[in-house]
Amino acid sequence: MKILKLQKGKLDYFASVAQQFGEVHAPVEVDGGFAFQRLSRWSEARLDYPRTLLPPKKYFLPQRETLFQYVPDKGYVPATEGLDKRIILFGMHACDIYSLNILDMVFAGAYPDPYYQARRKNITIIGIDCIPDKHCFCRSMRADFVDHGFDLFLYDIGDYYLTMVGTALGDDMVLATGSLFEQPSEADVDEYKRRSSSKRAAFRIEVEIRDLPEIFEMEYQSGIWDELGEKCLSCGSCSMVCPTCYCYDVADSAELGTRAGARTRIWDSCLFSSHALVAGGENFRHSRSSRIKFRFYHKQRGFVAEFGRPSCVGCGRCISVCPVRIDIVEVLERLRGVQHAVSH
Amino acid sequence: MPSVIESPTLDAVWSANPYQPHAARIVRIYHMVENNHLFTLRFVDENLGLSFRHKPGQFVMLSIPGTGEAPISISSSPSRPGILELCVRRAGRVTNALYRMKTNDVVGVRGPYGNGFPVAEIEGHDLLLAAGGLGMAPLRSLLWYVLDNRDRFGSVTLMYGARTPADMLFRDELVSLVDRTDMNCLLTVDSDPGTGWKNHVGLLPALFDHAVIDASRTYAAVCGPPVVYKFILRKLLDLGFRKDRILMSLERRMKCGVGKCGHCSIGYKYTCLNGPIFTYWDAINLPEMI
Repeated sequence: MKILKLQKGKLDYFASVAQQFGEVHAPVEVDGGFAFQRLSRWSEARLDYPRTLLPPKKYFLPQRETLFQYVPDKGYVPATEGLDKRIILFGMHACDIYSLNILDMVFAGAYPDPYYQARRKNITIIGIDCIPDKHCFCRSMRADFVDHGFDLFLYDIGDYYLTMVGTALGDDMVLATGSLFEQPSEADVDEYKRRSSSKRAAFRIEVEIRDLPEIFEMEYQSGIWDELGEKCLSCGSCSMVCPTCYCYDVADSAELGTRAGARTRIWDSCLFSSHALVAGGENFRHSRSSRIKFRFYHKQRGFVAEFGRPSCVGCGRCISVCPVRIDIVEVLERLRGVQHAVSH
Repeated sequence: MPSVIESPTLDAVWSANPYQPHAARIVRIYHMVENNHLFTLRFVDENLGLSFRHKPGQFVMLSIPGTGEAPISISSSPSRPGILELCVRRAGRVTNALYRMKTNDVVGVRGPYGNGFPVAEIEGHDLLLAAGGLGMAPLRSLLWYVLDNRDRFGSVTLMYGARTPADMLFRDELVSLVDRTDMNCLLTVDSDPGTGWKNHVGLLPALFDHAVIDASRTYAAVCGPPVVYKFILRKLLDLGFRKDRILMSLERRMKCGVGKCGHCSIGYKYTCLNGPIFTYWDAINLPEMI
């Protein structure tokens, strides 16, 4: 991989060049939190953000997305609006990039999702490294570093960003700046290694995930699930903020007076009581405890069986938004039988 | 820098869109049983109709414009191509909308989806089909596939039970199979309110008294309400069936049919991709399956 470095003071110039490649979106402070948004000026970008409320999946799998327009006499016409829009996501963390690599597996396969694929192709990703906070456990989920899924990735090494060039497009962006990027020295690489070690030491949460699928099988009847079911409000917040939750519902709407309509997909959550409800009234996950168990089971056991790793990157969003403080780390540790000492 | 930024392609949205419903015309509506009609569909695009190939046990996603989409198992056999027969229970929004449609109306169809019955694996073995109530709908495709390729299979037994003759799906067609000498067609009703029913009366498991089943060389395909699974599975295990030779067709909520939307997930399997045909061994190992 091509590795360069960029002087920190020149980042704003680089961002202005990047604009030629698409609309620049970056984390911005909103109501005391952070959100990926279109920048009106570069100074709004807050690259030192801890985590955004919603993950960048909103760009690839929008909360609401029209799949088809139904046109009488023409049938279902694919909706393509916005799919070819060039966007640059500036400042994505490794865990969020990793989550896209996970979503890539779901939206590929025997039936690739052309809407997701088009967006993935047209959205450029510039990653940036970060320091873990009290909710981060990406290291345990092997998502604290990414080796692919970005066009450029910036590692803070003091006065410079050590820059990994992930794609030909990333390389074109570098070249478009003329000679803004420089060759790194051995000392720069040493500084990267030093910071990498100190990042490792900064994690306050560690979860062992190695034999979690087996433990989930053994603890399927555990009383923990009833306890969680009593607590959980089925609000679905954890699914909405989860960078790897991809369940969606599909709804048709019809315009009054005409026979035209639209087919839209909308984010859904397996915690909602309608998730496993079939016509005729049978519900395969009627109780809240069965639904929250399903959510954990699918992420930490089911997904592993299907794709070889959990569909969790340890971003900590679900922990920070849960209104009744259900903490995935605590649940995993209790299942494993570890005494939980961390308090929030 | 490159002078022209490559124009992003949206071709796949048009040409390889797995969610694209295709227009299909309702060519016949057969009032088979109260709230269980058989809809015969033909693709408006003739080439599509000719190229559509399914396996017994697969399903399609049926679209009713303005209402939505629902998974429906295919009741017709792939050995009789050109048309699609869907046995649809009037149960939810989409199926209610279908029941308001008439012959010649156009609906949307995409598929076929799911694994289907492992017919190649069943070939050379005996086959027992056991259905209760509406469970005949997904088994009918397999039944005709086997009868149309009769020489590839050993002995074939059908056991089908319904509450009364009026509740029996495909009744006339199945009654006509009773006289066939190349299969054992056993039909039973819980009771006959004076319609002159000439077949068995009694519960489904009692039909085992009229069949010769060698569990060591037989596959069983079972479909029906939970009570059918309860009694038939016990009977099959008593007879010595291997758990992975008992096949069942399951129903789940589905929004995509292609392993994305998450609704039909059972444990770590998707009903749409890994099913809807599962073995009894799968059922034991996957939580919440039946």
